[in-house]
Amino acid sequence: MPDANLLPDATTTDGVFLVLAIVLPAAGVLLSFVLGGRYAERIALVLLPSGFILATIILVDVWQSGHRLVYIVGDWKPPLGIALRADGLSAAMMVVMAIVFCAVAIFAYADFGTRAGSAEARAPFAFWILLMAIWGAMNLIFLGGDLFTLYVALELLTFAAVPLVCLDGRAETLQAALRYLIFALLGSILYLVGTALLYGSYATLDIVLLSRQIRAEPATLVAAALMTIGLFAKTALFPLHLWLPPAHAGAPAAASAVLSAVVVKGSFFLVVRLWFDVMPGMLGGAGAQLFGALGAAAIIFGSVVALQQQRLKLLIAYSTVAQIGYLFLIFPLALDAASGQLQGSGALTGGIIQAISHATAKAAMFMAAGLIYAALGHDRIAELGGIARALPMTIFAFALGGVSLIGLPPSGGFLAKWILLEATVATGQWWWALVILAGGLFTSCYMFIVLSRAVAPSGAPLKLKTAVPKYQEAAALALALTSLLLGLVALGPIDIIEVGRPDSIMVGSR
Amino acid sequence: MTILSIFDIGLVVLILAVGAASIGMREAFSAVIGFVVYGLLLSIAWVRLSAVDVALTEAAIGGGMTGMLMLGAVARLRFAKGNDSRTSLPVRLAAGILCALVAAGLAIAVLSPPEVIPTLAPMAMENLPQSGLGNPVAGVLFVYRALDTLLEKVVLILALLGVWSLAPDRMWGGIPGLRVYAQPNSKLTFLAQLLPPVGIVVAVYMCWVGAKEPGGAFQGGTVLAAMWLLVMIAGLTSVPSISQRWLRLLLVAGPMIFLAIGIAGMVLANAFLAYPAGYAKPLIVAVEVALTLSIGVALGLLAAGPPERVQRP
Amino acid sequence: MNAATLFGLCGAALVGLGLYGLVTNPEPLRKILAFNLLGSGVFLVFGVVAKRAAASGLGGDPVPQAMVITAIVVAFAATAMAIALVLRLLQETGRSTLSSDTSAATDTAGADS
Repeated sequence: MPDANLLPDATTTDGVFLVLAIVLPAAGVLLSFVLGGRYAERIALVLLPSGFILATIILVDVWQSGHRLVYIVGDWKPPLGIALRADGLSAAMMVVMAIVFCAVAIFAYADFGTRAGSAEARAPFAFWILLMAIWGAMNLIFLGGDLFTLYVALELLTFAAVPLVCLDGRAETLQAALRYLIFALLGSILYLVGTALLYGSYATLDIVLLSRQIRAEPATLVAAALMTIGLFAKTALFPLHLWLPPAHAGAPAAASAVLSAVVVKGSFFLVVRLWFDVMPGMLGGAGAQLFGALGAAAIIFGSVVALQQQRLKLLIAYSTVAQIGYLFLIFPLALDAASGQLQGSGALTGGIIQAISHATAKAAMFMAAGLIYAALGHDRIAELGGIARALPMTIFAFALGGVSLIGLPPSGGFLAKWILLEATVATGQWWWALVILAGGLFTSCYMFIVLSRAVAPSGAPLKLKTAVPKYQEAAALALALTSLLLGLVALGPIDIIEVGRPDSIMVGSR
Repeated sequence: MTILSIFDIGLVVLILAVGAASIGMREAFSAVIGFVVYGLLLSIAWVRLSAVDVALTEAAIGGGMTGMLMLGAVARLRFAKGNDSRTSLPVRLAAGILCALVAAGLAIAVLSPPEVIPTLAPMAMENLPQSGLGNPVAGVLFVYRALDTLLEKVVLILALLGVWSLAPDRMWGGIPGLRVYAQPNSKLTFLAQLLPPVGIVVAVYMCWVGAKEPGGAFQGGTVLAAMWLLVMIAGLTSVPSISQRWLRLLLVAGPMIFLAIGIAGMVLANAFLAYPAGYAKPLIVAVEVALTLSIGVALGLLAAGPPERVQRP
Repeated sequence: MNAATLFGLCGAALVGLGLYGLVTNPEPLRKILAFNLLGSGVFLVFGVVAKRAAASGLGGDPVPQAMVITAIVVAFAATAMAIALVLRLLQETGRSTLSSDTSAATDTAGADS
């Protein structure tokens, strides 16, 4: 049987689902914008769950056929036109992100729900539309087959994410949003200049076509370097992380959850697309070690700074800086020393599992922190005493999220770190194993600090400022449980992530 | 050395000098003035690169609209207190070295083109007759890469939503804080009465010729936006409140119609954003007209800023 | 050296210049201006790529030219959003700064609410 992944592109039978994944959010944004008021919320609450169904259909399709789904937009094949493609990597990410979106929507209903008959209000109107926009932008990032379309997706993501940061309009959050915007714009313009150079050398920006022609010449190397720096800035990889903690910690809880869990993964996904799909042979040993070193620095720095935080939301934000670091350890671990190529299995699978288990765990933790903040009126870690008794379900969700971040079995974090550790052994790079283990140790320390305060008895009887709706706690818990149980995919369809990769030989499993 | 290449060298030197001045000047106002001049010089460079479509867009948006926005901001920022201290010399040196490295990398890339320069121009021209368009740039924007163009309109709506969302809660649904200088019989009023009819004709013309010659929805929309802003600033029409239904409808009409035609393509043609054979040109013109209006309103409102006044009952 | 290469080098220099302004100038409005300069340098690189690929009687490859038009509009939207943020920050705090010293900022915000 000829490998279908090497055949020329043509729209596959179920390719139309890929179009829906872009069209539904776009239509949702436009409709909500016109209708306004309660409609924004209603449209989002209908569309986001259907997004989950859609993503599941795509995942099952990719899994069963063993090939990627393709849709040729406008019936114009690349290089002239644009193709949308779903492989195992994108399908897996899409499904998990869709779960996060649904949980965030349920959680946000308490804060951004509009009562019947009340006038359109600013924050809810903006929130629901921006949430749908982020969903659409992420889908486009996962499915886009053309580097310029991906630039548009990056910009969609930026313009949807920045206003979320300062939704409550406080001066610090305005400042955080401005700083975030400047970093994000710098990132996308550097990415853009890379696409210009690549087009100049190959007259196409299609990922598949590029990967067949790419060669190590000056323009390509400069392009790759600039695009990578730009994407690093958007992913907040150390030392370009300065914008992240104030932005993620200052936003409303539902927004923090989306920003930390979902948005930073978008630019990370493009780094993977660029180096694993477009130019797998270009990174080289030194480059891979450099990426890994930045990741390691992020893990150590982020964890150490997280340990010193007085505020819970800032601690969680610095923990994101650290957890992002793990994602970049996959580069030295996936490099095959013999061929000099990045391998699309093993470490990459571990990295993707780390990305999705961090997404679910971190969203749960930000939601829990938001509930704690709402209940206490503050998030000072030293004064958390008694909260575990008042909000047991919330603290439980927070703790479960921590279990995944630390990497205890059976969590997704455990599976991810296990696969990465295996790769360190297989490639003989013990130093990365040290970093992974040290990161886990640091994480357990700051989780311990928070949880020990939370379960400590309070001096005075704790008086909650507001009652916390049960469904908000349930949304956080559901995400935390998802993260915890993600490790169990090891028993099942873990190789789905490798479907549709050019260098993988598909086992015809069904 | 021909006269043209001397002209080019002079132009590049001028662009770099004005650009450097607008970065280096201490005073914000002169920096912004420098930037406006820079934008105009740059559009000449685009003509020299045989990209008249881009030259028009750069002059209208890059120089004009951006310059206007920044001038407005400088005027308000005059009252800002306690400016930041300047960056220290070692930091500036380090940054300078870094930036020089980036520029050098790009220069190397520019100086080492592939031996045979690949191009999509023949393929783009070959397939253009199918769409009935004469302007290949419009062909790329509305036929081959229509998805990018459609989504970029959504970016514009999101940016506007982002600007609006900065309003204080009590101002929601209010009127954008555009500064109005209503003085009857002033030169501004005269200008605001004289220019718009001309501008609207220019916008319609640009939108119409965009199908076969340089011009199109972006350029036409920018001219519309400029005219609308002029009339509003002169106080001849009131600035609309952002909760107006017609305003929101105008804003999304372009992308909505584009999206609807795209979806119809899945049934009537054979793919999303494909046009049924024979109907391509009228459909594209319809999309362009709607987009011109939507872009005009969106750009105008982006420049007008977040709501700052509540409508008087 | 032909015209395309000349403008390409100009683009490269503008990218460096814009980047320098973006990194070193502490005033947000000047950072936004520098970003626009950086952006226009990037667009010039696209223009050079288009010009070099001229064929079929066209002055340039229409694909990168169309991409630049898309990117210019996006850059304007970004500028508008950034300026709106700067002005809102000014309204809220009486200052427009990115420096992390927010004590003055929070004071004013507290007084407002």
